[in-house]
Amino acid sequence: MTAATAGRRRLAGAGAVVRRRLLVAVPVLAATSMGMFALGAASPIDPAQQYAGAAVFTTSEENLAQIRANWGVDDPLPVQYARWIGNLLRGDLGWSTSRHEPVTSVLAARAGWTLLLVGTALALVLVASVLLGTLAAYRRGGWFDRALRAAAYAVQSMPVFWIGLAAIAVFALALGWLPAGGLTDITATGTDPADVARHLVLPVTVLAISQAPWFVLFVRDAVAESLRDDHVLAARARGLPGRTVLFGHALRTALLPFLTLVGAHLPELVGGAVLVETVFSLPGLGAVTVAAALGADFPLLAATTLATAVVVLAANLATDLAYAAADPRVRLDD
Amino acid sequence: MAARSLEYVMVKPLPARVTAAAVAALLAVAGCSSPTTSSGGAGDAGTLVVATAGEPDTLNPVLNYGVDGASLIFDGLVARDAGNRLVPALARDLPTVSADGRTVTAKLREGVLFHDGTPLTAQDVVFTYRAVLDPKVDSTLRSDLDMLASVTAPDPATVVFTLKHPYAPFLQRLALGIVPAKAFAGQDVNKAEFNRRPVGTGPYRVTAWTPGDRLVLAAYDRHWGGRPKNPGVVVAFVADDNVRAQRMRAGEFDAAELAPKLATGFDGQGGYRVQRVPTADYRGVMLPMGNPVTGDLAIRRALNTAVDRQAMVTGVLGGAGEPAFGPVPPSSEFAEPSIVGRAAADPAAATATLDAAGWRPGPDGIRARGGRQAAFTLMYPATDSLRKELALAVTADAKKIGIRVTPEGLTWDAITPRMKTDALVMGYGTPYDPDFVSYKLFGSAFAGQGFFNPGSYRSAVADRALQQGRDSADPAVRRAAYATFQQQLAADVPWVFLTYLQHTYVVKDTVAGVTPRVEPHEHDVANSLWWNVHTWTKRP
Repeated sequence: MTAATAGRRRLAGAGAVVRRRLLVAVPVLAATSMGMFALGAASPIDPAQQYAGAAVFTTSEENLAQIRANWGVDDPLPVQYARWIGNLLRGDLGWSTSRHEPVTSVLAARAGWTLLLVGTALALVLVASVLLGTLAAYRRGGWFDRALRAAAYAVQSMPVFWIGLAAIAVFALALGWLPAGGLTDITATGTDPADVARHLVLPVTVLAISQAPWFVLFVRDAVAESLRDDHVLAARARGLPGRTVLFGHALRTALLPFLTLVGAHLPELVGGAVLVETVFSLPGLGAVTVAAALGADFPLLAATTLATAVVVLAANLATDLAYAAADPRVRLDD
Repeated sequence: MAARSLEYVMVKPLPARVTAAAVAALLAVAGCSSPTTSSGGAGDAGTLVVATAGEPDTLNPVLNYGVDGASLIFDGLVARDAGNRLVPALARDLPTVSADGRTVTAKLREGVLFHDGTPLTAQDVVFTYRAVLDPKVDSTLRSDLDMLASVTAPDPATVVFTLKHPYAPFLQRLALGIVPAKAFAGQDVNKAEFNRRPVGTGPYRVTAWTPGDRLVLAAYDRHWGGRPKNPGVVVAFVADDNVRAQRMRAGEFDAAELAPKLATGFDGQGGYRVQRVPTADYRGVMLPMGNPVTGDLAIRRALNTAVDRQAMVTGVLGGAGEPAFGPVPPSSEFAEPSIVGRAAADPAAATATLDAAGWRPGPDGIRARGGRQAAFTLMYPATDSLRKELALAVTADAKKIGIRVTPEGLTWDAITPRMKTDALVMGYGTPYDPDFVSYKLFGSAFAGQGFFNPGSYRSAVADRALQQGRDSADPAVRRAAYATFQQQLAADVPWVFLTYLQHTYVVKDTVAGVTPRVEPHEHDVANSLWWNVHTWTKRP
């Protein structure tokens, strides 16, 4: 029996699992969106006043009522929800009252940047935390382990906002190595990938560092724990090289619970991204989501909430499948 | 054998592979959504970069973009010069007003072209104003133009406005940018693509707008006023004050608006200069008549003399402001000099007022009359740190004369229902005409209507003066009317006016041509220090 056929057999039930998860996803997403609209009905905020901004001091109540009527935000909740679902089924996510443009164009213009930021930061933090956490566990109690833990606790106590401003002060102002913010050079004529990449180095690193403590400490503890496991001790006793034992035996067992927890940690990463986008003036979804919440813009809020829910559900599914592929004891068709 | 199979599994580290694929997919997604490259504007030497916090929702004047002119992309029938005086723009001369004050006629300038090369006609002006009046259009400007009955174009070069009643400052309302009617043919004004990629007649045309990031403007060579002196302007939108200051320090911007205390950091720093621009933007305490304590004239007058405006300007505003005594800014030709009081506190006069009215100090130092303590709540929007500091300063000053003020930071939706009975730190102001804000803010007809006169101030004298100022076309009559209005306000004290703000900007020394003018409350892309950016130049 080769490892490949074993892997195939382990994933044999994957199709059924995916179908089952899709069936569960529909009511979850429906409930999420209904919750958003119920919150909207309970919110005391008048979206028309928010839209008027400072002009609200000179805008008559009649004028505001006309605008609310144009948007249909005074309609009964079930009517608004039915309209929203109907439009959704036709691929129309509705009209963002806070941005004053279709929700689809808000998402099209901004979601990519947030995904890019979160995605690269997640990749960076995973690779770095696995490496650093494993090394720290290997020489548990050594100077590297102690320094890493101290650093992790220190970073954990720093607000993301503060780390961002400090990074700008050091790397943009004092050293002048990297730009202080924005997506491109302020006078650039387009979005050149190299230019964008240079502008994303600081935000991605800051987001990764701010999220790293949790990951690093988890990997370190899990690997340290599994280094005492029987199968690892047995591998050592057989005289296998230290690196093989560490990465091949100890880390592999330690990573299994880590996989599922990564999915659960995603929302926190998105929350950090909102702050990082503010500090580095990135045109992502963060700032508009906050504005949408403050402005009672429920079509946009519902869309971003649904998008986040879809990503989290998909991430959970992916980690479960990965778990099944990595752990021979887990079977999807059970 | 067992070791070999473990090795085999080890060489395909799953997490890394999955994340690599995810990152590749994300890069593809982001790549698809990146705005297309456009030519012109940015990139050229001499392009100016300015930074501000306020980003407009749309770039359509009908939907409230740059309604008071200086919108860079559009021109109105009239514009304002460095002294905020009206000058003709798309109108050949200042529009004329008929004897009964109800018909306003504008003759259009000849040969004006929109950015797309089409000529400006009277139909475009008619379309712009009709769109504002259309209830289906989400324009808050409709409230400001509620005197406008109709607008017509008897010929392609003439526009006639008919008013429901005489409205003296009507020409001040004609700075609104004119949009091309053709761009909206068969479209919903609220949802038109135009709102993102507008076409105007102004000195700059839009080459790109990435909301949340920047607006790229290129000089419009065929502007009727002549070609701008620089090749283009980039407006960077940076919401956070500290971040904007950091990026200014990194040299990214030629000019940026900064909070006074952050701007002070650039004072005396080589290569930069700080511009403190006077405004009509006042902050004050609205004292509602529906509250038994603030409804008492003696309490209001005592507070008015007890507040230390000078200390607020120095301490709270970092010197970037001036004491305020009424809603008409000192820079206005309508400002009444007799209402200006002492900038410092006068606690002796304040306590004398309270003593005379029968408010006697109680055992805890708080005054009382007829069993009622001189105590009230002062609300402020919790997110506004400036208003919070002003509220705290008022609280401290009031305590010295035996009035207990309880400051309370709230969200607007919590503040709004309480405005009839609880005091509130408010702010607004426009330099253009005293009618603009004050008519609704202090007129008894608007008492208790939302943000219009929330404290229900009622004075027949003030009402008459405000109405006269609105009805009469004679500048002398208007000046007298607004003098009466300001004196009445100073006597009744429905508000304790505290300070006029100065908007503070940091500008690089290499920039020439900066001409500050008195600014209104609202200033972002339009109507900021860069109102005349088309005459700015930059040394390399």
